Amino acid sequence: MDFPGECNETKKRRPMPETVISAQNLDLTFETNDGPVHALKGITLDIAEGEFVSLIGPSGCGKTTLLRVIADLEQPTGGSVSVNGMTPEQARLARAYGYVFQQAALLPWRTIEDNIALPLEVMGLDAATRASRIRSNLELVNLAGFEKKFPWQLSGGMQQRASIARALAVEPDMLLMDEPFGALDEIVRDHLNEQLLKLWAKTKKTVVFVTHSIPEAVFLSTKIVVMSPRPGRIHQIIDCSALGTDRPLDIRESAEFLRIAHQVREGLKAGHSYDD
Amino acid sequence: MSDSSLFRDKILPIGTVVLAIIAIWYAAAVVLNTPFERDQAERAGTAVGFFEILPRTMAQDRPVLPAPHQVFAELWDTTVGKKITSKRSLIYHSWITLSSTLLGFAMGTVLGVALAVGIVHFQTLDRSLMPWIITSQTIPILAIAPMIIVVLNAVGISGLLPKATISMYLSFFPIAVGMTKGLRSPEVMHLDLMRTYSATASQTFWKLRLPAAVPFLVTSMKVAISIALVGAIVGELPTGAVAGLGARLLAGSYYGQTVQIWSALLMAAALAGLLVMTVDIIGNRVNRRMGVKPA
Repeated sequence: MDFPGECNETKKRRPMPETVISAQNLDLTFETNDGPVHALKGITLDIAEGEFVSLIGPSGCGKTTLLRVIADLEQPTGGSVSVNGMTPEQARLARAYGYVFQQAALLPWRTIEDNIALPLEVMGLDAATRASRIRSNLELVNLAGFEKKFPWQLSGGMQQRASIARALAVEPDMLLMDEPFGALDEIVRDHLNEQLLKLWAKTKKTVVFVTHSIPEAVFLSTKIVVMSPRPGRIHQIIDCSALGTDRPLDIRESAEFLRIAHQVREGLKAGHSYDD
Repeated sequence: MSDSSLFRDKILPIGTVVLAIIAIWYAAAVVLNTPFERDQAERAGTAVGFFEILPRTMAQDRPVLPAPHQVFAELWDTTVGKKITSKRSLIYHSWITLSSTLLGFAMGTVLGVALAVGIVHFQTLDRSLMPWIITSQTIPILAIAPMIIVVLNAVGISGLLPKATISMYLSFFPIAVGMTKGLRSPEVMHLDLMRTYSATASQTFWKLRLPAAVPFLVTSMKVAISIALVGAIVGELPTGAVAGLGARLLAGSYYGQTVQIWSALLMAAALAGLLVMTVDIIGNRVNRRMGVKPA
């Protein structure tokens, strides 16, 4: 296996983490009735194992599209991507990632435990393995005791937690999250951000996280990818490791936090994200 | 609390409508049957007043419109008053019609679901079949029913199956349309989700499309079962059938037995109501098991 990131900036890091997601000069053009739309242009990005990478940018900057390319839900029109050293399709077939959508996307006719069982049934796991994975992952997202409830009996935040448990139950190497808390209110979002950080520390999974909230991105990430629209491209990559790994909620008032948040905002501005 | 709301929500509104219908029915019976009585009196050369005519309009042998109590008396007589095996028992005739309704409904449901599954999975079927399915329903059933009976008779099929075929012909349509819509109802997000699990097409069908289609299927089955009954009755009309509600209607109209016609009509209506209610109850039970939020 080769490490495309090795020769670039990642060289500075002392313990060399393996690159798990690598995009080289990625292009994606949608053909529409109004002519071609350049959703992604010249995207080159390396994500190392165990990193928490946020993709941030305004609507239409291609951040969700980039995530969907990694997940093999969209096909790039140029360039290459590798996920775990495989093509995205092979990675999808190997169930290398768990995907969390903007909405919880729980099946309304299944109870919470049966929803989490869904991917496990698809994988063909036996009942005992399913039961143990359901139990451990519900505990992980603090939803033990809600096994028999139907999704509508849970709040929006709890539903989203259940969908995270469902993604984790597959035991993937990485989590791809597409604005998972975008539809929730600020208070619930704060709470879930904190829980997600703990979860990440516990599971050590690589996370790619799409958001359009600056505080959320800074609070969660080890690395923030600032994207700009028309065509969707990477404007700047900001390192957040200075914040350390132990991040209580009130770290958001610290000088370092505000400095990085300012840097992200400047990056968005320079990338014409605030243009009319 | 729940008792009073049952009275307020169900019995009171339905009862009010029933009473209103009976009142209008009596009034119409008096108006429509009066000319015959006047005619009779004129021929006999006697002058009669309104209050002499009034009771007679409700006791004619072959009234233009029989009064409700005449119809209910006939209903009572032909259901409770006759042995079920008797050719004059309305229950016997209802059973004949019901059996072909249920068989046709079952066949129509299977056909409709099968068509929908094909249409959703193969675009060619969508393009080639859908126009024919719609066209099939624009042909008047009264025109095609005798043809079906004649053709099936020619190949040696008679009895229950030809009538059931007509029921099927009518009832597969709402099932096919509703089920197609239901199988296509999963959101893009849910389909993407199944893709991220690398689910096969058949896993996506059994675990996502089919359960998502169940509420649509229940709704279309309610429509389908009532028109399956219509199909069975229509199937009895052109064949000179000797048994079944359709046969009762036909015999009644041959001999001017309006009371018999109306009692068969009411029986058909009650049967339809019962069938729809049964599907509804089963549907609600299924929906509740599938976690549908109680209204």
